[in-house]
Amino acid sequence: MNATAITTYSESGSGALTPAAGVEVGAPPSRGVVGMTCLIIAESAIFLIFVVAYLFYLGKDRTGPTPRQVLELPIVNSICLLSSSAAITFALSSLRDSDVRRFSFWWSATIALGAYFLLGTGREWRHLIYDKGLTIQTNLFGSTFYSLVGLHASHVVIGLLALCFVMAFAIGGWVKPKHAARVHVLALYWHFVDVVWVVVFTVVYIIGR
Amino acid sequence: MNDALTTGEIGSAMTSGSATAAQPTVFDSIQSWLVTVDHKKLGLMYIMYGLVFLLVGGMEATLIRIQLAVPDNHFLSPQVFNQMFTMHGTTMVFLVGMPIIFGFANYLVPLIIGARDLAFPRLNAFGLWLSVFGGLLLYFSFVGAPGMAGAGGAPDVGWFAYAPLTGKAFSKGHSTDYWILGTMIGGFGSIAAAANIITTILCMRCPGMTLRKMPLLAWLNLVMCGMVLLCVSPLTAAQIMLLLDRFVGSHFFDTQAGGSAALWMHFFWIFGHPEVYILIIPAFAFASEIIPVFSRKAIFGYPVMVGATVAIAFVSMSVWAHHMFTVGMTSTGNTFFVVSTMMVGIPTGIKIFNWLGTMWGGKLRFATPMIFSIAFLFQFLIAGLTGIMLACAPWDWQLNDSYFLVAHFHYTLAGALVFMIFAAIYYWFPKATGRLLSERLGKWHFWLFAIGFHVTFDTMHIPGILGMPRRVYTYQAGRGWDLLNLICTIGVAFQAIATLILVVNIIWSLRKGRPAGNDPWDAWTLEWAATSPPREYNFAEIPTVRSRRPLWDLKHPGDPDWKYE
Repeated sequence: MNATAITTYSESGSGALTPAAGVEVGAPPSRGVVGMTCLIIAESAIFLIFVVAYLFYLGKDRTGPTPRQVLELPIVNSICLLSSSAAITFALSSLRDSDVRRFSFWWSATIALGAYFLLGTGREWRHLIYDKGLTIQTNLFGSTFYSLVGLHASHVVIGLLALCFVMAFAIGGWVKPKHAARVHVLALYWHFVDVVWVVVFTVVYIIGR
Repeated sequence: MNDALTTGEIGSAMTSGSATAAQPTVFDSIQSWLVTVDHKKLGLMYIMYGLVFLLVGGMEATLIRIQLAVPDNHFLSPQVFNQMFTMHGTTMVFLVGMPIIFGFANYLVPLIIGARDLAFPRLNAFGLWLSVFGGLLLYFSFVGAPGMAGAGGAPDVGWFAYAPLTGKAFSKGHSTDYWILGTMIGGFGSIAAAANIITTILCMRCPGMTLRKMPLLAWLNLVMCGMVLLCVSPLTAAQIMLLLDRFVGSHFFDTQAGGSAALWMHFFWIFGHPEVYILIIPAFAFASEIIPVFSRKAIFGYPVMVGATVAIAFVSMSVWAHHMFTVGMTSTGNTFFVVSTMMVGIPTGIKIFNWLGTMWGGKLRFATPMIFSIAFLFQFLIAGLTGIMLACAPWDWQLNDSYFLVAHFHYTLAGALVFMIFAAIYYWFPKATGRLLSERLGKWHFWLFAIGFHVTFDTMHIPGILGMPRRVYTYQAGRGWDLLNLICTIGVAFQAIATLILVVNIIWSLRKGRPAGNDPWDAWTLEWAATSPPREYNFAEIPTVRSRRPLWDLKHPGDPDWKYE
């Protein structure tokens, strides 16, 4: 059943399926961007469930402490993390302008701001655990608070590790302007981590308090 | 294992080509499968992994049915019975359904859209091995769980693992942890595979294949993978919470500390209900490719089919609490979930009419893939109708957690999904191996399986209506359930023999099957333009298409499809 004709086609590329006039070929979207978007969608669903759990259990504790009693607004922390998004954007545009040194500067600034955010979270947790006596076992608030903020912090850790890899490559002199598209994919993840923080901040520190 | 090796030899003989004279050793071919990043080999491994667990899950079902065949039976202890229905459900969903649908997507999507591989081949291999590891971890619980904690064995909390039964207080030992980790790791594999397939479809279609000209198989897999991203991750999130509860003492589902058991149900079914559509949409995809080819007509209502699939995906995300009518909700909640559940029936009905429209006036060829597809249409219709019955909250209050419900969802998953998986195996086996499966054994397989299926599951509705609850390890004589249960169990024997015939057919046909050529079914999509089995690079030159049926255009240059689309 036409097998010969098709064999010819798949072996040599001749036949009616070769490029024909009138077929327009558009540029496909970047694989990295689409793949990262898929990851971000899946991650958003995970965060959504943790946010729902946080809101659902808000005020249902049988024992203290409550969010209002112990939480303080992490203003400096939030400013650091959000400005790291700006820094990574500057880094990326520097790379696109072929200015690798300026890229390295902004890239290390991103890492420093992210690391400071983690440090701040660590301090906050230390304060809550040792001074306020709130652990993940204390009550529902402790369970939902540490899991939601901890889930976000673990994403910051993963993001920082990835950023540090790129930094190591940059120090080795291997990051070139042609890699801007790949760096862009990582920047998308970092922006996502920041946007999640906006949601976590709103839910935990504004609505929840 | 046996067929794995045989195909392995075919595969590696192909890749080494005629230039190398040395015959690859068994070790070489095993190694070539272990380290491969080729979407076709990974797809076949997904499918073989799923088929192995299909046999395992089938054996568990057989044990369950033997136990229930007669009243007051002591064939299985209550503890083992709990383990069997938990492992049967978990296996069939996570270790059979998911790997097989991803296996077919892996194998077929690049071929059908004219690409050489998936977008991220190494991520693809990573996803497969994660899934395999998850499955093996889950089954390791049979030997591993008691040794570590002195209690347990295989998970026994039901495939939906309701709280607070899964809490540390009630579920001692580590069997529940194996359930959580095994399925969670498999879930990571699913998310990786889904992201990969979406990227492939969006970025790597061959020139000319716009979204409006993409075969339905690719469209439906695109929708399915989108659902995996959105709906598997809620389960992962809930499982993280459960792990925290069990290991570090948080209180998410700890009712003693104010935690909510109903919240777990919501989280689980936010995953669980879309999951059944994740499983059934690939079955729709197979039907949408097979039915037109064996009706000798183009698919009826292509844009409507795409639209209906997207509609099913959206609506199915808002129906989860119909699993929870008996838990108790407000009447507003009840009404919402009744209406949304019934609404899913509309796009699904559209699809059934479109398949019928495709067959209408066609020149039907009753080859094995087609008869499985016809049985699928019939059985899925009935499954849908009992689904509508159960969607009525008052009816559900009466029959939830009875054998009526068990019969309903086996009608969807066995009667529709498994039948279409069989159809797909018969249809694409020649492409993957170069040899056709035996039609004679195929007919035996079909009729025995169909008869066994109907004997078991048609009958199973009745004890449910008569009040027999699910998850009971035995029942008293004289309640009117005895004969019905015996009939259900007899049907299992037919299905088991039929499945063995499939295994025999695969092993026999790999060696002695009729050579298939590139296009044994006179089909129209691009995978049939590649060799059988396809080269590692699929296509020597990336094809260009102008219609939804490029091979039709090739075979009928005087009357190509693109003139009409």
